Amino acid sequence: MAALGIAMGGGNWFSALALGVTLLKCLLIPTYHSTDFEVHRNWLAITHSLPVSQWYYEATSEWTLDYPPFFAWFEYALSHVAKYFDQEMLNVRNLNYSSSRTLLFQRFSVIFTDALFVYAVHECCKCIDGKKAGKELTEKPKFILSVLLLWNFGLLIVDHIHFQYNGFLFGLMLLSIARLFQKRHMEGAFLFAVLLHFKHIYLYVAPAYGVYLLRSYCFTANKPDGSIRWNSFSFVRVISLGLIVFLVSALSLGPFLALNQLPQVLSRLFPFKRGLCHAYWAPNFWALYNALDKVLSIIGLELKLLDPNKIPKASMTSGLVQQFQHTVLPSVTPLATLICTLIAILPSVFCLWFKPQGPRGFLRCLILCALSSFLFGWHVHEKAILLAVLPMSLLSVGKAGDASIFLILTTTGHYSLFPLLFTAPELPTKILLMLLFTTYSISSLKTLFSVPSFKKIKEKKDGRDLVLLLPVSLPKQGGRARTSRELPGRCTAFPA
Amino acid sequence: MEKWHLMTIVVLIGLTVRWTVSLNSYSGAGKPPMFGDYEAQRHWQEITFNLPIKQWYFNSSDNNLQYWGLDYPPLTAYHSLLCAYVAKFINPDWIALHTSRGYESQAHKLFMRTTVLIADLLIYIPAVVLYCCCLKEISTKKKVANALCILLYPGLILIDYGHFHLGFALWGVLGVSCDWDLLGSLAFCLAINYKQMELYHSLPFFCFLLGKCFKKGLKGKGFVLLIKLACTVVASFILCWLPFCTEREQTLQVLRRLFPVDRGLFEDKVANIWCSFSIFLKIKEILPHHFQIIISFCFTFLSLLPACVKLTLQPSSKGFRFTLVSCALSFFLFSFQVHEKSILLVSLPVCLVLSEIPFMSTWFLLVSTFSMLPLLLKDELLMPLVVTTIAFFIACATSFSIFEKTSEEELQLKSFSLSVRKYLPCFTFLSRIIQYLFLISVITMVLLTLITVTLDPPQKLPDLFSVLVCFVSCLHFLFFLVYFNIIIMWDSKSGRNQKKIN
Repeated sequence: MAALGIAMGGGNWFSALALGVTLLKCLLIPTYHSTDFEVHRNWLAITHSLPVSQWYYEATSEWTLDYPPFFAWFEYALSHVAKYFDQEMLNVRNLNYSSSRTLLFQRFSVIFTDALFVYAVHECCKCIDGKKAGKELTEKPKFILSVLLLWNFGLLIVDHIHFQYNGFLFGLMLLSIARLFQKRHMEGAFLFAVLLHFKHIYLYVAPAYGVYLLRSYCFTANKPDGSIRWNSFSFVRVISLGLIVFLVSALSLGPFLALNQLPQVLSRLFPFKRGLCHAYWAPNFWALYNALDKVLSIIGLELKLLDPNKIPKASMTSGLVQQFQHTVLPSVTPLATLICTLIAILPSVFCLWFKPQGPRGFLRCLILCALSSFLFGWHVHEKAILLAVLPMSLLSVGKAGDASIFLILTTTGHYSLFPLLFTAPELPTKILLMLLFTTYSISSLKTLFSVPSFKKIKEKKDGRDLVLLLPVSLPKQGGRARTSRELPGRCTAFPA
Repeated sequence: MEKWHLMTIVVLIGLTVRWTVSLNSYSGAGKPPMFGDYEAQRHWQEITFNLPIKQWYFNSSDNNLQYWGLDYPPLTAYHSLLCAYVAKFINPDWIALHTSRGYESQAHKLFMRTTVLIADLLIYIPAVVLYCCCLKEISTKKKVANALCILLYPGLILIDYGHFHLGFALWGVLGVSCDWDLLGSLAFCLAINYKQMELYHSLPFFCFLLGKCFKKGLKGKGFVLLIKLACTVVASFILCWLPFCTEREQTLQVLRRLFPVDRGLFEDKVANIWCSFSIFLKIKEILPHHFQIIISFCFTFLSLLPACVKLTLQPSSKGFRFTLVSCALSFFLFSFQVHEKSILLVSLPVCLVLSEIPFMSTWFLLVSTFSMLPLLLKDELLMPLVVTTIAFFIACATSFSIFEKTSEEELQLKSFSLSVRKYLPCFTFLSRIIQYLFLISVITMVLLTLITVTLDPPQKLPDLFSVLVCFVSCLHFLFFLVYFNIIIMWDSKSGRNQKKIN
C-alpha cells in the first residue's frame, strides 16, 4: 500500500498529466468528426487491399492518397490491427463507412499514437532550465511546459475531434528539436528526415534545419567574435548528414522510383491546381489580399471604373476549391507566393547563419519559418498554425518577452481554429476547452514571470515579424464566410 | 498561481467533463413505448405548460399518470414549466400536448442537456466552490484539489438530470455551518420542495438546529432562533405549495403521488437491505404490506437514532456533516421504495467530508458509483463510467495522497481503537485490516464489472449480475454505516470544542 502511495503521490505528476489528457481524449470519442475521418478510413482500405503499385493511382474515392510513402506504410500497419475491429472498413468500395467499431478503432489509434508525443514532451522538459523557478510544483517551468504541450487546445480539437494524426507527427518534430538541444545532431537530423517523409508540410521549416545544421554542426568551431571559421568545416559531418537524408529518402521513395511512379507521387503530394486559398481561408496574408481585391472591385463597380462584364464569375468565398483570378489586384501565382515566403524567412535565416545562438536561435528561426510559410504560402490550411504554436511553447517558459508573444500567438491561433468545429454540440466543448487553455496559459506564465501586462513585446528583429500576425488575424475573424455543411476540398498544396 | 485562477480552471474542467459525457446516449434513448427518465422530464414540461395547475397531479384524459406522471414536489413542476417556456420559444413541437410523446431529435437533446448544464452552473457548482473555499485549516492548493475531486465525482456526472435538489441542499449545509441559519434552512426547504428524497437529510438539519437552539438557551436567544426557524420553514413551504393549499383534495393527491405507500418495499434491484435480504427470504411475499412499512420505519429510525441524539446534545459542524452521511445511509439501506439513484443523497455529504477522511470517502464514492453499474450499463454509459471513475480516482489519489493516510489517527478511529484495546489489548491491526479490505473490495468491483460487461448471465438467472452487484454494494454500505456511526459516537472532546467549520 505504501509503495502504491509513493507511486501515486510522489514525483509522477507527468504521468498524471498524460493520463488525465488521455482520459479527456477518450471522452471526446463520440464528438463530431470531419471528412478527414473518411479520408483515413479510405487510406486504410487502399493500403490494405491494394498492392503498393496501386496506392498512388487509386481514385475510387475523392480522397486520394496525398501524403508521402511513410504515412502510407503507417496506415498499412494500422490496417492490420483494424481488421480485428471491423473488416468492412477495409473495403475500398465502402465509401463513408463509419460503424461504431470503426469510429472506436480510428479514435483509439490517434490516442494510442499520441504516446510518441508524450515521450517527446518528456524529452523537451529535460531541455528546460528550471533554476530560477519557485519551489512549488505548479510553478516550475517543466510543469507549465508539459501542460501547455500535452493539453494544447489546438492539438486536442484538431486531432481528437476534427480527426487527424498530428499528435505523433508533432512528437517527431519536438523530439528532433529536443535532440538538437541535447547536441545529438545526427539523431535530430534523422528524425526530421523521417518526419518529412511522413507529412511534407514540414518542408515549411526545413530551411531552419538545413541552415542550422550546416552552420552549427558542420562548422565545428567559431572565431572568438562568433563569426564563421571556415577552416573548421568538417566533411565527415556533412557527408554523414547527407547520407542520413539520402538513405531515408531512398527508403521512402525508392520503391516508387523503381516502379517509375515518381512523377505521379509528386503530383499527388504537391497539387498546385488547388487554388490560392483553401475552402476555409487560413488567416494569412492572401486572405487580406483577397478581401482587399473584393473591396476594390466593389468600389470600382460603384464608381463605374470597372466593366461588370469583365469580372470573373467565380466567387472566392463559395467554398469551392478552384483556381480563380483577382479582379483589381494582380493574380497570384505559386511562384509569387514562394518568393514572398523566401523574402519573409530571409532575415531569420541570415541571423541563424551569421550570428548563431545555439539551439535557441534555431528554434526561433524554425518558428519564424513556420509563420512566414503560413502567412505567404500557397493553399495554406488553418491547422498549419500549430506548426508555429507548439515549438513556441518551448520558448515561452524561458523568457518573459517570449511568453507575451506566445500568449498572443496561441490565443489568436486557437481562436482561428474555431470554424473547424461548426456543429452545435461542439460549441460548448470548444468554448470550454479554449477558456481552460487560455486561462491556464495566461495565469501560469504570468505567475512565472510576474509580468503586469502583455504589451511588452521585445524589440528584436524576430519579434517584429511575429507581431505581423496580429493585424492579419484579427480582421479575419470578422469577415469569414461560413457555411453549415461540410465543404469539399480538404487537401492543400502541402496537405494539412 | 492565484486561487481564483485555479478555481476557474477546476470549474472549467468540471464543466467540460459534464458536457462531453452528456454527448453520449441518454436514459431510454430510442426505446419506445416508455423510453426513460429523459422522456419523463420532457413529458413534465409538456404537462405543466399545457394544463392548468389544478390538473398537474391528477389523472385525466389529458394527463395519464401511468405515463411518467409527476411524482416530485411542486418546485420540480415549476422548473419544468420554466424550461417549457424556453422550449416553446425554440420549437413548440417539443412540448405539444399528446403529439410530442417520445419526441427525439438532436436539437432537443441539445436543449435538454443545456438546461441541465445551466442548472449545474448556477446552483451546484458555486455551492461546491464556496464550500471548498470556506474550509479552514487547509492550504489553498488542497482546497482547489478538494473542489476538483468533488466536481469529478462520477455519480453526479453520469446521472443525466439536473441536480437542483443537491445544489440547494449544499447551500443549506453551507448556510447552517456558517451560522446563517435562516438562509440555510430556507435553502434546505427549497431542496425538499424540489425532490422529496431530500427528507433523508432532514433529520440531521433538524437535530443540529435544535441543538443550536438548546445551546443558546431555551429561555432567551435559543427560543427566538427556534421561532424564526419555524417561521422560515412554514413560510417557504406555504410559498411553494400555494396553488395546492386551496383544496384538501389537491394537497392529499400531491402527497399520494410523492409517497406511493402502496408500491411496496422496493422495486427493481437496489443495493439496499431489503433487496439483498430477499435473495435468501422473499420478504415482499411473506409479510403483509402495512407490516413491511412498519418494519422499515423501525429499522431506519433505530439505526439513525444514536447519531441524531448525539448531534442534538453536542451540535458541531463536523458532527453535523457526519450525521448527514449516516442518516442518509440509514435511510438508503432501510427505507421503502428506495431508488438506486438515491445513493447520490449519501454521496453528497461524503464529498463534504472528503478532506477529513480522504481514504474512506474515496472508497465510499467508488463503491457508490459501482452500485449504479446496472443502471449505467442500461443507458450505454460504459466508456464515460470507466473514464470518469479512473479520473476521479487519480485526482483523489494525487490530491490527498490517500494511500499514505491509512493510520488509525487518519481514519479518525483512534479513540475507538483505544476503547477497544482496554478490553482486547491485541487489537492493533485495524488499519492493516482496512487496507486489505480495500484491496479486496476494488478487485471484486473490477471483476464484477468485467463479468457484467463481457459475459451473458445464465438462462435460469437472468438478473444474476445485477443482483450480485447490489449484494456486494449492500455489504459495503453496511460496513460504511458502522464505520461512520463509530466516528460520530467516538468523536472525542477535542473535536467537539473546535470552531464552527472544521
